[in-house]
Amino acid sequence: MTKTADTAFTPTGFVYKSTVLPEATKKDHKKLGLSNDDVIALFKEMYLQRRFEERAAQMYQKGKFGGFLHLYIGQEAISSATNYVLQPDDDIITAYRDHGLGLVRGISPKAGMAELFGKGAGCSNGKGGSMHFFNAEQHFWGGHGIVGAHIPVGAGMAFANKYLDNGRISISFFGDGAVDQGALHEALNLAQLWKLPAIFAVENNGYSMGTAVQRHTATDIYKRALAYDMKHAVINGMDLFSMIDSLQQISKDVRENSIPYFVEIRTYRYKGHSMSDPGNYRTKEELDEFKQIDPIERLKTYMLDKKIIKQDEIDAIMDDINAEVLEAVEFADSTDFPDPDTLYDHIFTGEQLIHDHKKTTFLD
Amino acid sequence: MPQLQFREAIREAMQEEMRRDDRVFLMGEEVAEYDGAYKVSQGMLAEFGPKRIIDTPISELGFSGIGVGAAMNGLIPIVEFMTFNFSIVGVDQILNNAAKIRYMSGGQVNMPIIFRGPNAAAGQLGATHSVAYESFFSYFPGLKVIYASEPYDAKGLLKSAIRDGNPIIFMESEQMYGLKGEVPEEEYLIPIGKGKIKREGDDVTIVAHGKMLYVARQAAEQLAKDGIECEIIDPRTIKPFDIDLVIESVKKTNRVVLVDESHPFGGVASEVGFLIQRDAFDYLDAPVQRVTLPDVPAPFAKNLYDIWFPDTKQVIAAVKAVTYTN
Ligand SMILES: Cc1ncc(C[n+]2csc(CCOP(=O)(O)OP(=O)(O)O)c2C)c(N)n1
Ligand SMILES: [Mg+2]
Repeated sequence: MTKTADTAFTPTGFVYKSTVLPEATKKDHKKLGLSNDDVIALFKEMYLQRRFEERAAQMYQKGKFGGFLHLYIGQEAISSATNYVLQPDDDIITAYRDHGLGLVRGISPKAGMAELFGKGAGCSNGKGGSMHFFNAEQHFWGGHGIVGAHIPVGAGMAFANKYLDNGRISISFFGDGAVDQGALHEALNLAQLWKLPAIFAVENNGYSMGTAVQRHTATDIYKRALAYDMKHAVINGMDLFSMIDSLQQISKDVRENSIPYFVEIRTYRYKGHSMSDPGNYRTKEELDEFKQIDPIERLKTYMLDKKIIKQDEIDAIMDDINAEVLEAVEFADSTDFPDPDTLYDHIFTGEQLIHDHKKTTFLD
Repeated sequence: MPQLQFREAIREAMQEEMRRDDRVFLMGEEVAEYDGAYKVSQGMLAEFGPKRIIDTPISELGFSGIGVGAAMNGLIPIVEFMTFNFSIVGVDQILNNAAKIRYMSGGQVNMPIIFRGPNAAAGQLGATHSVAYESFFSYFPGLKVIYASEPYDAKGLLKSAIRDGNPIIFMESEQMYGLKGEVPEEEYLIPIGKGKIKREGDDVTIVAHGKMLYVARQAAEQLAKDGIECEIIDPRTIKPFDIDLVIESVKKTNRVVLVDESHPFGGVASEVGFLIQRDAFDYLDAPVQRVTLPDVPAPFAKNLYDIWFPDTKQVIAAVKAVTYTN
């Protein structure tokens, strides 16, 4: 026996349609309480994320920086809606696909790009790189690389908020792949038992690296909430207004009633898992289908249809953002690497304790 | 002799053992349909089918435990971690179950299981993705720890590991997968616990494993130009550690530098350094020195990373210290 056709464990050999989107909301921006200017601001934010990452990818390919680079392209409606709906001091935490949420939470394109380049002016002082964007001042708590490990951490932020009775809530973003970690279940149980004001937000983009969601997780993701009797929702993450509509209701409920909420956001990543991914596990048709409903393009069309903005104004906005991103690239390229001595900073608050340093490293 | 990449040598070891023994199977993230995150298991799904080459969800605790249970119940799992940095999510299963169940059952239970994957830093991957875990696993009774540095060693040791019948941590490196080396066509095994002299020399003994072998070699080449001949010993297995081979060499050279990709506190070098001073005290002409990572997490920035990661210059400085030259 070397090959047995009949026994198998992980499902194999299907043609997948990895993500099925729920219906988009029918409400228009006015109904959702957005002004014309709000819509324009959201467009700018989404387009900034897109351009930032397109340029980052180019710079990576040019060899300007190393490490991993995971792009958020396709998922920008989620970060933008989140930042729009939540209070500025609500706590946000996410995984390594973190540039989008970082940019909407106050990391400037310059500080973000400099972090990718590993420069001292980066948003994490060059210590973190692409996977570890942080802006703690504005309650953006990173950028985390161990899949699933930050989910309980997000619940912990909510614990502190409840403890301090400060009216804030937390939202933890993680991928469909992270749903398979035990940490999720422990966090859900604790959050429900302790009634923590925490939103657990899965960004189900159809794939965990090269593995389609149907091949890595049993049954629908949102059903994880059922066992804990937790409120839950399935949201169309390719549609900005659907995201805003749902998050407005959910965040209100979570804040007012101090309860956890589990949301499965269906979305799609246009690019590979990271820069070295050949993408053989999905079809071009599937990718094209999602590009057809690109949230940024659709918002553009919406704004024109509703006469919120004119084409030449959109062009000007895009030109400005392009220029801003190019400026960020130039800045990142020309600004200094961190001072070598900073290698030894930031380990502890207070005195840095470094065991047997000089004698064991032979560094002068 | 054919030249094989490190990844191919590991693949051949698994393929040969899987052909020989139906109880052996491979599971891990992206090992099957994606052909391996680092292409180690390329083609194995096609040969062995989805029953024996199994893609897992990102559930390190769960699938490590499934490996343990399967091993107890008659199979020989090879559990691949995408890197050992992620084994930490599943480490309870390794340390408390794989390593101890045989002992706690008074020898009733066998635990033939391999946990394998890349270990330690591999460039600018940040603090969580850059840890050398060999000394950590070696701390625990009940585990054997192998960290090969060349394709030939990797193949022979992995085959021995699969046949060993015990829980084994088998470490590789993303940065070594592409390295080529001679691997014989005919079958061979390398005993677990035997080191190898990778370069002969009379002046200083350098002990280096994993990626550090290559740093040590470069240092030795440069030092040879100054007339200092280093003997390089690659222990290949961290636990059991071939201290006899090291002591024999130290008796000849009277000087030793340990090059270790671990952090210093409780790293491999601290244990080996202790054994040398105890067992070869009278032969030493200089204190044992070590070159390790600093006691600092991995930074991202390239310039900081380059300072952080041990390099040739540091090894040369250590050799000069034990030979009292500048
Ligand atoms: C504990 C752990 N295991 C494995 C990995 C390697 N890894 C990084 S991302 C990833 C896939 C995660 O997919 P998903 O959660 O769906 O997020 P997405 O990349 O789609 O945003 C894997 C396997 C890791 N970083 N941490
Ligand atoms: Mg995913």
